[in-house]
Amino acid sequence: MEKQVLRLKVNGEEYEIFIHPKTLLVEAIRDHLGFTGTKRGCDTVSCGACTVNVNGMSVKSCSILAVQCEGMEVATVEGLEVNGKLSPMQRAFLDNGSYQCGFCTPGMLMSSTAFIDELGGKKPSEEEIRESIEGNICRCTGYNSIVRAIDAVAQGKYKEE
Amino acid sequence: MSHKNFSVINTPVHNIDGIAKVTGRATYAFDVTLPGMLYGKILRSPHPHAKIINIDTSKALEFPGVRAVVTGKDTLGIKQGIWRRYEELCDEQILPLEKVRYIGEPVAAVAAVTEEIAEMALDLIDVEYEVLPAVYEPMEAIKKEAPTIHEGVERNINVTRHIEWGDVDDAFEDADYIREDWFKCSGQHHMCMETRGAVSSFTPEGKLTVYTGTQSAYYHQGLLAGVLGLREGDVRIIAPYTGGGFGGKFELDAAQFCSAVLSMKLNKPVKIVFTREEDFIASKRRTPMFYYVRTGIKKDGTFCARESRMFSNGGAYTGMGATALYLTGFFHSFPYKWRGYRYDGYRVYTNTMPSTSMRGFGAPQAMFCSEQQIDWICADMGLDPFEVRRKNGHTEGYEVPGQAFIASCGLEQCINEIEKWVKDKGKLPANRGIGISSCGFMSGGIFNWFDSPYSFSSAVITINVDGTVELHVGCQDIGQGSNTTMAIIAAETLGVKMEDIKVHSGDTDHCPADLGAWGSRQTLMTGNAVKMACEDAKKQLLEFAYAEMGINIVYDLDIKDRWVHIVARPERGMKYEELVKKALRGKDGQRIVGRGYYTPHRKGMISPAYSYMMQAVDAEIDPETGKITVHEVMTAHDCGQPINTLGLIGQLEGAASMALGYAYLEDMPFEDGKMMNPNLVDYKIIKAPEMPHTPIIEIDTYEPEGPYGAKEAGEGLTNPTAAALGNAVFNALGIKMKELPITPERIRKALKEKKEEEAKK
Repeated sequence: MEKQVLRLKVNGEEYEIFIHPKTLLVEAIRDHLGFTGTKRGCDTVSCGACTVNVNGMSVKSCSILAVQCEGMEVATVEGLEVNGKLSPMQRAFLDNGSYQCGFCTPGMLMSSTAFIDELGGKKPSEEEIRESIEGNICRCTGYNSIVRAIDAVAQGKYKEE
Repeated sequence: MSHKNFSVINTPVHNIDGIAKVTGRATYAFDVTLPGMLYGKILRSPHPHAKIINIDTSKALEFPGVRAVVTGKDTLGIKQGIWRRYEELCDEQILPLEKVRYIGEPVAAVAAVTEEIAEMALDLIDVEYEVLPAVYEPMEAIKKEAPTIHEGVERNINVTRHIEWGDVDDAFEDADYIREDWFKCSGQHHMCMETRGAVSSFTPEGKLTVYTGTQSAYYHQGLLAGVLGLREGDVRIIAPYTGGGFGGKFELDAAQFCSAVLSMKLNKPVKIVFTREEDFIASKRRTPMFYYVRTGIKKDGTFCARESRMFSNGGAYTGMGATALYLTGFFHSFPYKWRGYRYDGYRVYTNTMPSTSMRGFGAPQAMFCSEQQIDWICADMGLDPFEVRRKNGHTEGYEVPGQAFIASCGLEQCINEIEKWVKDKGKLPANRGIGISSCGFMSGGIFNWFDSPYSFSSAVITINVDGTVELHVGCQDIGQGSNTTMAIIAAETLGVKMEDIKVHSGDTDHCPADLGAWGSRQTLMTGNAVKMACEDAKKQLLEFAYAEMGINIVYDLDIKDRWVHIVARPERGMKYEELVKKALRGKDGQRIVGRGYYTPHRKGMISPAYSYMMQAVDAEIDPETGKITVHEVMTAHDCGQPINTLGLIGQLEGAASMALGYAYLEDMPFEDGKMMNPNLVDYKIIKAPEMPHTPIIEIDTYEPEGPYGAKEAGEGLTNPTAAALGNAVFNALGIKMKELPITPERIRKALKEKKEEEAKK
């Protein structure tokens, strides 16, 4: 297979990269575009550390090919902060101590941000919050501080700045 | 004394690395790329035990893109281990010359221009093995006829440990009731989200720089220098952010060693990152243990004596396992007063992956046996489990004979709180039970098997002209928040704000040596060093303040929230920033530098201080399927003075999740030496939906040896959970769980046996 040109939008910016068609989205993001905020923690689509949002949907970027995202909008953890202003979820994570080693945090933030966006203002149950991050493993926190952060954002305690 | 009016301590400050972590700016060894960097891959043994007859690397070397292939012959062949003081315990060549001892052991490493090429080249290395008979379980390996894993080691016994105090046999004579049980405690994988990885760069100056996730940059500096024949000062370890440790990241690993060997051969940077499967099969694990426990007790519930024998599956090499062998035996006595106590531990080599320290350091296994047996004894004798624990529990001022002195102890209050919580729950529905377990843990180890000539912890603080502070420490932040804790202690001591403190850690070129993050040592040990360094700098500042303010020398001066003032008349004072500027002039332009250090002395054999806790697990079991649902995990906890409020909650909640995993989910089954579930599909980790609420009550105590009264927090809470869940199952269904993890199969089996026994009666 020949290398090919891929055009996609990452965090609002247009990119054009020349990649092998079997390149995974996570490899394109990390190795070709240099967005190393997105992590990899397994080889079996199990851990969620590589979660990004593609056209608003949270996706494990090790589970799809980069070329499948031709023309799409990809958001990574680096896109959550805008001009030095942290997103509501980022601020909630800080206030609740919802991270420790930080390796799962980018994926956790992307899953929870997509979850809040999909809710469109609806208040979720605790069970729904927990299910929204079921695909993301955190070995440090025991999740409860993350659940508190997501709940605080869902309850409208953090506004966009 | 813990009611001090603190400015920073025990306030909910954000972790100082929080913004880096939530914005994706935090970079790990995994993210490091250097100019001209090559990628390495490791060839691993498919055999549990085999002689290496020959390794032919010629075809791999010819493969386009391959730059080097190394085997044991390219190394100095030095056997290494973290117990550096004891030559016989340094038993591991990371690229062995003569034989392999477990499946997954490295035998060769390739460096190539891409990871893919390096991986392909592994298939071209031809290793000729002579397969040897292998043995996987300690009770088999200890037999006379078992194969020898290390030459000259009889019956594969790697290390033994005897702990004894009091007249044990005499104390057993006094007992009205004696119970004995066998237990089998499983291994557990650290499963750090960041797998092991390193980028090594050797340059023609003769200097090696290694970027790696680590729990102790200083240990890795010393270990690498030792095996590579370099001076310690010529090895620089840079720990960028570390993606979890849990006891698994302070021994030398193959990513670090092989990348360094390749880099020294090529004078180019080489990066090796383990896949998740490699991390599972060829890093290390919590030590599996077989425990025999015999306990004697009087009718009134007074403990007389305990005698235990423990056989641990040490795997192929020693590593930190020797420490776990000691600590499990010591904490098996905790937190109770025994007239006589005797422990004999045998760490046995097997042809499986090596075992090591993991959060709790042998204590979770010890508590699983001890705390369940205590409940069974109480049931046998009609005693109240809370009362028995209260009656025999450690108290302030108690000395564990010849071992430890307990200066602070909130155990009784912990028991009282949990008793109240359990009673408030009232009668539970069928198949639901609450189990309890108490325990204690260390605040850092006193032992120095690494043979460090440096203080256990050191800190250097430099105050810049604008009042900002550079704090250099060697403690290692692996996500537990130690950098934040040190910044809090510095800000509180110096009387400045959190944003004034910059913490520099994780770089052996710029930070003082420190034994690092293990055994819950940093808050107490590095914390004391930081406090001392800040007091030193503050004293120098206040000398200038006395002169500047021209006050009576009997007045006390202090700094708080950047305000330098007379303690008795806080309104009289000057700004800290002004004072610093003036003080600098008085020192001929020299910045104020404070130094601090800590090494424990006259604190017994184990640790300078001990935390205490009791936990209750509320669980429901489906008797048909054996499935466990944990409803709630309640903890009462004495860690002395809490320092980092958010960090403490995070540590305790995190410990509960890891310990619950150990109790009923996580398992590492082996078949013929091969781990059967080396991936995150089959290795079950607690996920958000099954994680219960984990409320915590902090008991207010003050530890005189700790900075501001602080002691261990976060590791120790891994200890009680498996036992408490076992007791919950016992209370719910009346079955005794003697094997970990407590799986549905084991519950169903125990229920079946119980029914059969009842039918017999």
